[in-house]
Amino acid sequence: MATTELTERYLRLAETIASRFGSRLTRLTDSPGELSYEVAPASLLECCEELRDTEELGFEMLMDLCGVDYSEYGRDEWRTDGATATGFSRGVIASPDDGEEPLDIANARYEPPARFAVVYHLLSLTHNHRARLKVFCEDDEQPMLDSVTGIWASADWYEREAFDLFGILFRGHPDLRRILTDYGFIGHPFRKDFPLIGNVEMRYDPEKGRVIYEPVSIEPRTLVPKVIRDDARYESGLKDGGDA
Amino acid sequence: MPEIQNFTLNFGPQHPAAHGVLRLVLEMDGEVIQKADPHVGLLHRATEKLAESKPFNQSIGYMDRLDYVSMMCNEHGYVLAIEKLLGIAAPVRAQYIRVMFDEITRILNHLLWLGTHGLDIGAMTMFLYCFREREDLMDVYEAVSGTRMHATYYRPGGVYRDLPERMPKYQKFSGRSEKELARLNEAREGSLLDFIEAFVDRFPARVDEYETLFTDNRIWKQRTVNIGVVSPERAMQLGFSGPMLRGSGVAWDLRKTQPYEVYDQVDFDIPVGVNGDCYDRYLVRIEEMRESAKIIRQCAAWLRDNPGSVMLEDRKITPPTRIEMKDDMESLIHHFKLFTEGYCVPEGEAYAAVEHPKGEFGVYMVSDGSNKPYRLKVRAPGFAHIASMNEMVQGHMLADVVAVIGTQDIVFGEIDR
Repeated sequence: MATTELTERYLRLAETIASRFGSRLTRLTDSPGELSYEVAPASLLECCEELRDTEELGFEMLMDLCGVDYSEYGRDEWRTDGATATGFSRGVIASPDDGEEPLDIANARYEPPARFAVVYHLLSLTHNHRARLKVFCEDDEQPMLDSVTGIWASADWYEREAFDLFGILFRGHPDLRRILTDYGFIGHPFRKDFPLIGNVEMRYDPEKGRVIYEPVSIEPRTLVPKVIRDDARYESGLKDGGDA
Repeated sequence: MPEIQNFTLNFGPQHPAAHGVLRLVLEMDGEVIQKADPHVGLLHRATEKLAESKPFNQSIGYMDRLDYVSMMCNEHGYVLAIEKLLGIAAPVRAQYIRVMFDEITRILNHLLWLGTHGLDIGAMTMFLYCFREREDLMDVYEAVSGTRMHATYYRPGGVYRDLPERMPKYQKFSGRSEKELARLNEAREGSLLDFIEAFVDRFPARVDEYETLFTDNRIWKQRTVNIGVVSPERAMQLGFSGPMLRGSGVAWDLRKTQPYEVYDQVDFDIPVGVNGDCYDRYLVRIEEMRESAKIIRQCAAWLRDNPGSVMLEDRKITPPTRIEMKDDMESLIHHFKLFTEGYCVPEGEAYAAVEHPKGEFGVYMVSDGSNKPYRLKVRAPGFAHIASMNEMVQGHMLADVVAVIGTQDIVFGEIDR
């Protein structure tokens, strides 16, 4: 059976972190079997340095860093409660004037405090434990955080990636360029408001004798609508009690 | 006479030693590298964004296409993350099958690495030998999943199906003599497990054979010893993992330190390098192939003695059998819902990491309780490795860049994602 509870070692680690950091790190409880903390942007650098340099924590490696866009968190594309008189929609809204009401029902329990977050995955080889840090960017329009490249060198490219895909800026990064998208790309493709099909398409124009960019000619479509169903099996206390 | 200045050299993206589509902008002083600026992303397909628009199971196939030389290990990381969120675990038999195929995949990956790394720095023969063995393992993939590469074999709750009783055979055709046919089918008379066991019996001797070509080869040593040296402290700072970290002398392997599935039930050793140069990393990978063969042998023996289910019977997550569907309304509904809408995963976050042949392959998943992942982030080992390219090649000659690309075992499917 997969473990959803923390092992003893991690409980001890949680205690150490709680006693050392107090209110600077807020424990998040939504990760089964893992330690996850939220940290305020202002104390990010100081916390990271302490996490790395404190002997009993020893997080000498940053394994991963990524951005998350929470703007559509917990929003359905399809009603799942009750019946309709007209039948269910396809859950696809091609354009606002299709006459169909856009379904935008917030269903999730967790309410993210801001739009953009950056998530750090730390690993300690000496003590063999992991932890996750989450930082919400204060400004939704111009998200900016301090760069941790001075603490872990591996953050360099990960921060470039988060900048490229989400437009999150990192203060103090030595070389914040785009990394995965094309030269001259416009926009930040992993933001939820960036269409899956993109904005431009490229083709060779024989008359002009070069490659040109045009607005996309295809239409976006949803093959499977996103639904959030209430599932009693996952209610706390009822776990493993389902008759499935 | 005009003063000679540094000049910039463009390497790739269309270059056979670039292992795909790497573009390197090199600043050279004569033949010595001053600075290397890798441009990646030419193979960017936004796999993570695509996965956000699909039910969980429909993205397993995309995982194969990340690191396309170690397909099943990618699936493994993805499937583990889903299982962690769902709070389920595969049946023990499925776990043994997964471990066995992870190791088969490791051999597949290391064989391709060995062949191409050799080819890059001037050894032609190895490539041919490596592909001979790879062919057998590709057949194993095909026998179990129906495809030679992109298997989609691991599913949340187990594996797609049990190991087949019979191994597919070569067919007769006009250009193939009876004798040739008998030779080709010799190892294929029994079940898949027989074939795998026959493979691991002959494989260690083959590895010895490879070693006679490289390990004491003067040219090989000249090209790899003291090239791309990384100290253990620096390797940790740079986020290295897998053979890149172990080559520097850090004994860290998730299969031992944070065992998943049944890795704590099998007996194997972790090879570790000393100097952290290309030659040590070569030795580490060679030894890993032997250890993998050892693990496969143990798994095969266990699988032979312990028949059982390879998929959870939880119909809210795993599909019912065809036979059940014929006369059971409930099964039909489950099947329909699973394949049209998928299953909803409880709200939360998970990070699942596996010891991929190239290092730590991690999948970070955020679920908002819907039938699609809200955010999927793939932590590709190669991404951290290639980020260190500038450090590793500084002060080396142009030809050593190729050796460093080879030793990092770069595949662009996973770096660009």
